[in-house]
Amino acid sequence: MPRLSYRKALNRALADELARDEEVFLLGEDIRVAASAVTAGLLKRFGPERVRDTPLSEQAFTSFATGAALVGARPVVEFQIPALLFLVFEQIVNHAHKFPLMTGGQCAVPVTYLVPGSGSRTGWAGQHSDHPYSLFAHAGVTTVVPATPADAYGLLVSAIRCDDPVVVFAPAAAMELRAEVSDPVPVPLGRGRVHRTGDDVTVVAVGHLVHDALAVADELAGEVSVEVFDPRTLYPFDWDGLLGSVARTGRLVVVDDSNRSCGIAGEVIATVVEQVRLQAPPRRVTRPDGAVLPFAPVLDRAVQPGRELLRHAIAHVSKDG
Amino acid sequence: MSGADPIWLYRTVRLIRRFEERAIELVRSGDIVGGIHPYLGQEGIAAGVCAALRPDDVVAGTHRGHGHVLAKGADPGQMMAELCGRVTGLNRGRGGSMHAADFAAGVLGANAIVGAGGAIVTGAVWARRRRGEDLVGVSFLGDGAVNEGMLLEAFNLAALWRVPVLFVCENNGYATTMPVADAVAGSISARAEAFGIRASTVDGQDPAAVHATTAAALARMRADGGPEFLEARTFRFDAHHTFEHAVRLDYRSPEEVARGRSRDPVRIAGSRLPAAERAAIDADVEAVLEAAVAQALAAAEPDPATALEYLYASGLTARTGGG
Ligand SMILES: Cc1ncc(C[n+]2csc(CCOP(=O)(O)OP(=O)(O)O)c2C)c(N)n1
Ligand SMILES: [Mg+2]
Repeated sequence: MPRLSYRKALNRALADELARDEEVFLLGEDIRVAASAVTAGLLKRFGPERVRDTPLSEQAFTSFATGAALVGARPVVEFQIPALLFLVFEQIVNHAHKFPLMTGGQCAVPVTYLVPGSGSRTGWAGQHSDHPYSLFAHAGVTTVVPATPADAYGLLVSAIRCDDPVVVFAPAAAMELRAEVSDPVPVPLGRGRVHRTGDDVTVVAVGHLVHDALAVADELAGEVSVEVFDPRTLYPFDWDGLLGSVARTGRLVVVDDSNRSCGIAGEVIATVVEQVRLQAPPRRVTRPDGAVLPFAPVLDRAVQPGRELLRHAIAHVSKDG
Repeated sequence: MSGADPIWLYRTVRLIRRFEERAIELVRSGDIVGGIHPYLGQEGIAAGVCAALRPDDVVAGTHRGHGHVLAKGADPGQMMAELCGRVTGLNRGRGGSMHAADFAAGVLGANAIVGAGGAIVTGAVWARRRRGEDLVGVSFLGDGAVNEGMLLEAFNLAALWRVPVLFVCENNGYATTMPVADAVAGSISARAEAFGIRASTVDGQDPAAVHATTAAALARMRADGGPEFLEARTFRFDAHHTFEHAVRLDYRSPEEVARGRSRDPVRIAGSRLPAAERAAIDADVEAVLEAAVAQALAAAEPDPATALEYLYASGLTARTGGG
């Protein structure tokens, strides 16, 4: 079976959608030469009208995309750094997201915001290592964090076809993954995936952390039977899928690369405990409150949710109750 | 639209004037909640600019946006109903004064965030022209907006990518209470010129002059594709926002206000028509607004169960607040 890299999967999704729909076009910094590699080959194939390099004017080109979408285009905006989303939070949340309701349904804003390389990029330090997906879930903007090459392809395609704004986080720690994928297909937004079935504990893992959760589940195989649930879309969340899993296992751990306060892990736990009587208090493994990723690699790793803390959390919920 | 037709210009400034006066009455009576930013005194700009536009052209307005929406052709009854938060409003009662939009008339929306409209209308015009449509756009903005970085970025994009957007700065001398002289280093026009955008200045109190200057700019833009900038000097006759009717803010002297109000766009446009014609238009405008107010007040309020309708164009339904 052919092997597809995560990066190539994003590239292929963009190429397929550009080819399928004339209204799709790309905007971003250094995308003609494909500095992030996800737009490789697209300039040659689709031309500079549809693969548009922008000046360093994130706020204007984000709202330019909103305007284009208001009249029927489907822009995809690439951001070089996850923190640039802070710069355009206003343009996405206060304009793109609000226009359909505020106009009483007169318009749609189908823009995709793509961040190739979100979360820690080892060695890039404080201002390049954020993972602000919970902010967008909080604001009610459709937010996806694909964990695998197949999902990177399938979720990006669905994001571009969605009539609402969608933020796509492609974690730096997942970008080099490869997997056997013969014929990638669209993946519906809002639908989670059970990567591994288990009976004792449900571990909800976001993005690249799915792979850590799977590795830990393997290690623990003789002792605890771990089910790994990947929500794939954080907003809208697949509550039915998760509640089905937790209803069987009765125990819950969430591993999430957000800062702890108001991160998606808190929302997952709150929603589950509102609806399911768990056998033990749930646990979450996250970045610390207010985390700024320090530069030195050992420090950078020290504030990211890792396997050791996850093992500890699983042991804890397995014991209790 | 009927170009520099003095009848159309007078009717439009008169309609906006009386619309705003009626809206202020409805703010006082409590039928419009949250108040409005009255466009009184600046009517000549919306009328003069929109007189030069075609129905297919698009505009993006501001927080002081009623005039832009009406001059571009929205129905006054639906506009008044929107201000009153009724289901029959332009935005079905979901937008109100600062978000009134009429996509069918080419109004991409008033916008409550100062400086936000420029990039949005630039993207909209670019996307439609890419399909081969022949249109231009107008971004209305206040003097306060020229200090917003996002707008200056939009000037750059529009100029670089040759997008025909006319940026119309309505310089009424103040951003709320902040005088232009205390807020703008350099000059307003020079900001546009720095991006290679041709800038003109016009007397915003004279609707015919605004029309003529706009028409000349649009002719150049339609021919060669790039943006232009128009600074219309004007004066805001009334409050920044109707809250000022209750809370006095001390930033303009009575003499300055009297001087500003002495150049009235409605009187200037009216003086160009015979008295009988003017009276007929006035009577017609009164009848239109009488019906608009009556319809708005008679219309139903939206059903609270539909509060989050239209939130997602994809059909997604949000979880409720629970309980
Ligand atoms: C980005 C932003 N900053 C501040 C405000 C609050 N505000 C609303 S209107 C206004 C003044 C705007 O002045 P100007 O652009 O000159 O327009 P005018 O009110 O004079 O028509 C301010 C500060 C806002 N709405 N948006
Ligand atoms: Mg002003």
